[in-house]
Amino acid sequence: MDLPLIFLFLMGVAVLAYVVLDGYDLGVGMLMPAADEAEQSVMVSSIGPFWDANETWLVLGVGILLIAFPAAYGVILGALYLPVVVMLVGLMLRGVAFEFRIKAEGWHRELWNWLFWAGSFVASFSQGVMLGRYLTAFESGFFYIAFAALVGASLCGGYVLLGATWLIAKTEGALQQKAVSWARWGLLWVALGIGLVSLATPIASETVRHKWFDFPATIPLLLLPAACAVAWLWIWKAVGRFRKGEAVHEWRPFAGAVLIFALAFLGLAYSVFPFIVIDRMTIRDAAAHPSALKVVLVGALVVLPFIVGYTIVAYRIFRGKAKAGLYD
Amino acid sequence: MEEALLLARAQFGLNIAFHILFPSLTIALAYFLLGFRIAYARTGDARWLATYKLWTKIFALTFAMGVVTGIVMSFQFGTNWPGFMKQVGAIAGPLLGYEVLTAFFLEATFLGVMLFGMNRVPPWVHITATALVALGTSLSAFWILALNSWMHTPAGQVWADGQWIAGDWLAVIFNPSFPYRLVHMMLASGLTASFVVAGLSAWRLLKDGADAGARRTMRAGIVAAAVLAPLQAFVGDQHGLNTLEHQPAKIAAMEALWHTEKGAPLVLFAIPNEKFKTNDYSIELPYGASLFLKHEVRGEVKGIDAFEPDRPPVAPLFFAFRAMVGIALCMIALSWFGAWITRRGRVAPRWLLWTFAGFTFAGWIATISGWIVTEIGRQPWLVTGLLRTKDAVGDISGAQLGASLTLYGLTYAGMFAAYIVVLTHMAGKGADPGAAAAGLAKATG
Repeated sequence: MDLPLIFLFLMGVAVLAYVVLDGYDLGVGMLMPAADEAEQSVMVSSIGPFWDANETWLVLGVGILLIAFPAAYGVILGALYLPVVVMLVGLMLRGVAFEFRIKAEGWHRELWNWLFWAGSFVASFSQGVMLGRYLTAFESGFFYIAFAALVGASLCGGYVLLGATWLIAKTEGALQQKAVSWARWGLLWVALGIGLVSLATPIASETVRHKWFDFPATIPLLLLPAACAVAWLWIWKAVGRFRKGEAVHEWRPFAGAVLIFALAFLGLAYSVFPFIVIDRMTIRDAAAHPSALKVVLVGALVVLPFIVGYTIVAYRIFRGKAKAGLYD
Repeated sequence: MEEALLLARAQFGLNIAFHILFPSLTIALAYFLLGFRIAYARTGDARWLATYKLWTKIFALTFAMGVVTGIVMSFQFGTNWPGFMKQVGAIAGPLLGYEVLTAFFLEATFLGVMLFGMNRVPPWVHITATALVALGTSLSAFWILALNSWMHTPAGQVWADGQWIAGDWLAVIFNPSFPYRLVHMMLASGLTASFVVAGLSAWRLLKDGADAGARRTMRAGIVAAAVLAPLQAFVGDQHGLNTLEHQPAKIAAMEALWHTEKGAPLVLFAIPNEKFKTNDYSIELPYGASLFLKHEVRGEVKGIDAFEPDRPPVAPLFFAFRAMVGIALCMIALSWFGAWITRRGRVAPRWLLWTFAGFTFAGWIATISGWIVTEIGRQPWLVTGLLRTKDAVGDISGAQLGASLTLYGLTYAGMFAAYIVVLTHMAGKGADPGAAAAGLAKATG
């Protein structure tokens, strides 16, 4: 049994689940300033029952890194120490701002709204920065920092797209129409971001360059960007029809956005594998003692189906359009 | 290196102390909620519904504080103490992993249903969701205390391939101090929540003495405290005897006993002097420590000198232990006295309300004091006898640690101030049966 590979897969699932799930609620957070006060209440209601559990996927992802690949955990989080701290402060601010804004009135509520937005933005941006630093094996120098900032901005665009398409599905009327135009901006932002990052990544990392331009493996690999482009067009058309008031399935844009994230994630995973720290450490070098991996695997296989099951139950309970007044 | 170790400890200490405030309240508050929810289901009384709604809001706020500070913890285990994962990761990792898998998702997911799903699901589903949140918080305590207890009294491990791995998982989990620590912490949470419930209700009654719902919740908090406080005194004593058996140096420091002697005195108050290894200004009860710890007048109690140089600093343990015990004694007295005064629906006088309001967060001070005793008491070890704290620290620079420590400190101060203001504000406004019933009617009608 190839335990490191199994845990890499589990970690991938957890990280992708986190990025998609917390991605939409971070995206909704970043869109707050573009909405009026009544709309903000609906937006917050749409993510209220979910954000806590969404963030738990981050703990699981980091937890698997810590438990299964402790040597890599030390290197990665040691190198990313400051962006991690900034992300954590961002996540803390938005988490508590979420609770506080519901209970506050007047300028207090304005303040918490602002912190909710700022926390969402700071957390998203620093997650992108972490990804950028990770992809370039934490190289120092202006070019590498600029690259990390570019990935940070692109990830914000991706989360805005997820948030906007989530709102298309969860809201109606004027807010839904607003979400449609936000989704269009998000799409353009994402296209620009993925394009630039795809150009810059092989320049920034020799290892990735070799992986990408290793003929003939390059040819099936081209399926990934091609599928991404198809998904992008699929959302673009759906959003366009929403704007004209034609009937489109309300979850189609969100599903498309999730697909783009999954494809981009697959591309990144392919680029890095079998390294867990590029050029320095493979998953086998970093893996924990097999006795620990076995006992966690048993637990994960037993418990994860339950987690998936009751997560689905929770989403079913809160299906349908969100309304203002979360606590009524 | 020394500086980095100190900063790593300071930062981790700040984070974990700030974090534990919130779980120590939510673990037991979840059971209060379950009680309020079931009371509403049985009676159909709108006032129970209003009480439940008010306290779920307080719970949600506290839970969110716990979640976000807990995420910080999950990062700091590895960043501040890479040696910990290297040496004992094969034991600590799975225990943390089981906490995430069995507890975190359960509580976070059903919290959403509990908070926002009342009008969307049948009552039994909603009660079940409330119960699952309570189960989740307790499971979380189970796993994290298993790990913490193992760090104090390791058992079941074997040395293999250059690290400690589990030879017998049941022995690891149910290590010698685990049952005592788990019960002690659960009761601490119960007392913390009881005094918060009683204290915030008293705060409400000071503003509106006619609020029958607040009178009822205050009574519930007082009665719970009156039951739990004496239990805690007994369990705490048992926990102390367990510590004497497994970590005698900790007990010597808690009691400021510098020298091994027969018929050791109980030091009631003193200023421990590390330099001369003696106590200044001490007030002692002759033979007290021997009597307490050995249950005989001439029993021999080991002093600090028996453990040099591997022993914890004396002063923090000595003072924190006295703070904890002092608060515990006040809690017993106050809860029994309060239960007597408010018996059979009698109205509490204002001075009693003020006293309970003043004791709202007493459980926090006692809990933090207790954790200071037990954690500093383990030094210089991170895992008793297996791994020293200084061998686990990482190579994060002092500058990075200092900067992030400052940032965390400021963030926490702001969050904490906002939390207390909002909590007292919500409690002061009180539960509103009219609005709660109207909300329910609107949704179901």
